[in-house]
Amino acid sequence: MRPTELSDHVSQWFDGSGPGADIVISSRIRLARNVAGYEFCPCLTTARKSEVLQRLRETLLALDLGQELFFIDLNAASTLEQNLLVERHLISRQHARAAGPRGAVIAHDESFTAMINEEDHLRIQVFQTGLQLAACWERINRIDDLIEQHVEYAFDPEYGYLTACPTNVGTGIRVSVMLHLPGLKMTGQIEKLFNTARDTDLAVRGLFGEGTEAVGDFFQLSNQVTLGPAEDQIVSNFTDMVVPKIVEYETLAREKLLKTQPDKLDDKIQRALALLRSARLISSQEALFLLSHVRMGVHLRRIEGVSVATLNELFMLTQPAHLQARQGKPLDPDHRDALRAQMIRSRLCQN
Amino acid sequence: MLCQVCKEHTATIHLTEISHGQRTEIHICEQCAQKQGIVVKNQVPLNELLSTLLSSQGQEESAAPGVAGAVQDEVCPFCGMTLKKFSQKSLLGCPHDYEVFDQPLRALITRSQAGHTRHAGKVPSRAPRAMRNHVEVVRLRRRLDAAVQAEDYEVAAQIRDQLRKLQ
Repeated sequence: MRPTELSDHVSQWFDGSGPGADIVISSRIRLARNVAGYEFCPCLTTARKSEVLQRLRETLLALDLGQELFFIDLNAASTLEQNLLVERHLISRQHARAAGPRGAVIAHDESFTAMINEEDHLRIQVFQTGLQLAACWERINRIDDLIEQHVEYAFDPEYGYLTACPTNVGTGIRVSVMLHLPGLKMTGQIEKLFNTARDTDLAVRGLFGEGTEAVGDFFQLSNQVTLGPAEDQIVSNFTDMVVPKIVEYETLAREKLLKTQPDKLDDKIQRALALLRSARLISSQEALFLLSHVRMGVHLRRIEGVSVATLNELFMLTQPAHLQARQGKPLDPDHRDALRAQMIRSRLCQN
Repeated sequence: MLCQVCKEHTATIHLTEISHGQRTEIHICEQCAQKQGIVVKNQVPLNELLSTLLSSQGQEESAAPGVAGAVQDEVCPFCGMTLKKFSQKSLLGCPHDYEVFDQPLRALITRSQAGHTRHAGKVPSRAPRAMRNHVEVVRLRRRLDAAVQAEDYEVAAQIRDQLRKLQ
């Protein structure tokens, strides 16, 4: 499979169908693992990196996950292909930009992906639509067990799974949810979320994780502490405490807006929709902002005839690398903006 | 809202204090909060944290040159990692580094892992039984503490029995 083949459809975990998906778009769990007997990636020679890649590639491709698995050699992939995988959250930006033997194993429905030779030898991830972290943990735990039958991991009885960066040591787990919080943003309460997150050792990041800014009211919330609490504790802290609280606040903020400033709210939503339906040039940033407002409008039933599925599709497929992959060639930003506007217009005017 | 103390900056810290049934609210800016000794928890980037730890070690070095100096210059015989290299990229070179740089790493890990220093989660099933038990004991002890704190003595007794079997 070529990565560009993915560019015409939305990943299943992003289809907006999961439980609570109006606010919690998706759930993700990642485990960081290293193969015993090898240096960590920063000190690994190219030859030994190839060895690790080869071993992990074979092990992963042989996994029985009930669906086809693909290997993508990132060293041989074009920049466009790499960017496409980043836009679909299948690999990290760092993984795309790095040099040397490295790759990714991706399940056909994109609910499972493994990065080989990123910061750690192996980083496996499981995605689900909506708030389904417990299901993510159950699945990734099982996959981790399967891999472990063939690979000995670097493990220490005191520090747990050893990772290249000590901030991941212990469980090596990163639990995260992608949140859509336009209500908290509009009512000026988003700072409160940031502060609460900080106090409870959680990180709030942008749409693409570490080092990215939050745009269009989308946020990624994840755990910082990986050592000490067990995996299921970290997961249940998210599912039972943190996320329900945020959902409650966001719902309250939306209700308050509806009650006290319905005109302001409608104005924002309808303007966004009108712009999206008329614009001839639109940047990916602007599209993200406007689509975010429309998405809230749909969930609050202020707009009819536009489905969340359509909006999610536009979020994903109007990203720069997706547009270029569909055209089969690199395009300059102006050309992309025109193409993006055209695609959005045609999808939103159908309704 | 302006800070109640300096009346210049925007108040970003809002405290509610309830004492003897009296409720008081304080709205102040970060600078004034610091002056008043109110601690606001911040996430410190790892490399910053590390350089602070390393420089505080440097100070100790002048007091006891032999010990801390040796720690700083240590080179991992397996991967060639040094603390200086580590502080630049925040990435270790191999699993042995956790032993070679035990002391400075322990301080760093304690700080960045909210005070935790022991793993109580998953253990590879191929790990030796002793190692699995070791982690299980840590996990059970932690649960025991929580049960005692919650005054759930029935659960605490069960955990104690499990611990006895393992030890």
